[in-house]
Amino acid sequence: MKPPKETLDMNTLTLPAGARGDAPARPKKLHWNIALWMLGSIVLLVLPLFIDSPSHQNLLILILMAAQLGVAWNILGGFAGQVSLGHAAFFGIGAYTSTMLLMNFGVNPWLGALAGGALSVAVGTVIGWPTFRLKGHYFTMATIAIGELVQIVFNNWDAAGSAVGLTIPMDKQGIGMMIFAGKLPYYYLALGLLAISLGVSWWISRSFLGYYFRAIKDEPDAARSLGVSLTKYKLVALGFSSFLAALGGSLYAQKELYIDPNSVLHTGLSIKMALVSILGGVGSLFGPVVGAAAFTLIEEGSRILFGGTGRGTDLIVQAVIIIAIAVYKPSGLIGWGREIKDMVLRRKQGDAK
Amino acid sequence: MTELLEVRSVTKRFGGLVANDDVSFTVGRGQIVGLIGPNGAGKTTMFNCVAGYFAPTEGEIHLDGHPVHGLSPEHCAKVGIARTFQVARTFTSMSVAENVMVGALMLRRNTTLARSKAMELLDFVGLARHADRAAGTLTVSEQRRLAVARALALSPKLLLMDEVMAGLNPTEVREAVDVVLKIRAQGISCLIVEHVLEGIMPIADRIVVLDYGKKIADGTPAQVSRDDRVIAAYLGE
Repeated sequence: MKPPKETLDMNTLTLPAGARGDAPARPKKLHWNIALWMLGSIVLLVLPLFIDSPSHQNLLILILMAAQLGVAWNILGGFAGQVSLGHAAFFGIGAYTSTMLLMNFGVNPWLGALAGGALSVAVGTVIGWPTFRLKGHYFTMATIAIGELVQIVFNNWDAAGSAVGLTIPMDKQGIGMMIFAGKLPYYYLALGLLAISLGVSWWISRSFLGYYFRAIKDEPDAARSLGVSLTKYKLVALGFSSFLAALGGSLYAQKELYIDPNSVLHTGLSIKMALVSILGGVGSLFGPVVGAAAFTLIEEGSRILFGGTGRGTDLIVQAVIIIAIAVYKPSGLIGWGREIKDMVLRRKQGDAK
Repeated sequence: MTELLEVRSVTKRFGGLVANDDVSFTVGRGQIVGLIGPNGAGKTTMFNCVAGYFAPTEGEIHLDGHPVHGLSPEHCAKVGIARTFQVARTFTSMSVAENVMVGALMLRRNTTLARSKAMELLDFVGLARHADRAAGTLTVSEQRRLAVARALALSPKLLLMDEVMAGLNPTEVREAVDVVLKIRAQGISCLIVEHVLEGIMPIADRIVVLDYGKKIADGTPAQVSRDDRVIAAYLGE
């Protein structure tokens, strides 16, 4: 005998009127979002054309690259709540894979970047399998150890240039080799990669994966009771996150044409990825972008204003600003923006009445 | 015909502590079975064994004739065992509807379908008008019902409810009881751990009583409430 459970199969049923809850302002809001998106995209596309100074162009590229890494980190650390402080390992694996394939086998960096991404996912899966059993701070501590470990390996690996690093020859230039004399092409590459990363991130947040990741972050035990395998979906989050971080690493290598463990595997880089997300608003789509802009400007600004003293004043100023944001606006700059928007809206509604 | 859930001689030890000692009972199709007993009797441990959170040290658990002991919680969810927790464990970063959607996504990985199923279930537990509120802002009673809706989204065969009525006022207990009766009317069996005996006694088809990890009584509410050992366990000797 079959249990009469079909009665609750509600996939095919229609809703009673009014049960859906009313969402009147939705189409209009979407309109605004699209307009903002287009405006933002146009500004970012033409912005570098009005900036001649290579150092200012470089600053913009740094912001875009930091934003991209933040977006990548945020998929695991923000959406799924697994705070990694070892993400430089994936960035470094991306940078080293494309560079070593290019220098040793003449492999096109575009393909090299994809290979780096794939390798990064493979390494991430091997690392994630045991470490995802750890909860909270213990997971974070394990990621720090793994980040250090990868750094030590590359520091002592002769074929990877050990501590001296690798210099990519500039003899062949152009889009095929992803090597350019000017800054502008790198700007558009970084912008493109950021757009792809945001697209992936947006797709995840809308799909069932976004719901599963948030469920794992909020209440892992409850998520399991609803059929969500913690290890499996944490690995999926890490997969997307590490792949995108590795692409960022390959782009960095092609832009700087020089990599060493200190520039692509340093723990400070891992912290920066986490920091731009947390600063901007952890778990939100654009949080890392806002955070990267703020962080890079704080970093460069304080260096210009206070960097000359030779006493690390710039670092102290950076730290103070970051602590202030963490203490007073834990929801990040995006959360702050929302609060202000809500306040303005409320005031408007008050006026209307 | 086999019963829906069969627990056969389950023992669960934690080191030297025996939380469940050779416990056997069954839950029939479309039945409400209450699992009661004083604090520390091993009710929640038994629950966790059935839902896959603990593997029994000895014994077997069968659902619909298939062994489920030792399966992971997520696997148990897939074969038709849904559960709620003592504390609601609401996904606080989500809206009320999104909480239920997480459950609905197990069967269909489509957010639009999941949303409409979630709305149906919220209507079922009387939370439809709160669908777009932040889930963390609901009252305790509402969060318990939200957890029930979330578990029902799995279209389970068996629903395990861990103290859905504890700490609720009489009106809220009545609401919870109504929900449980409606669930049974849908043909879903319920195994309910409960301290609030006024809530569970009138609606249960059978009551299983645990004390110090052992089953001391098993029968209709009327039989159980007349049992000397049960009275002794609850009132002390």
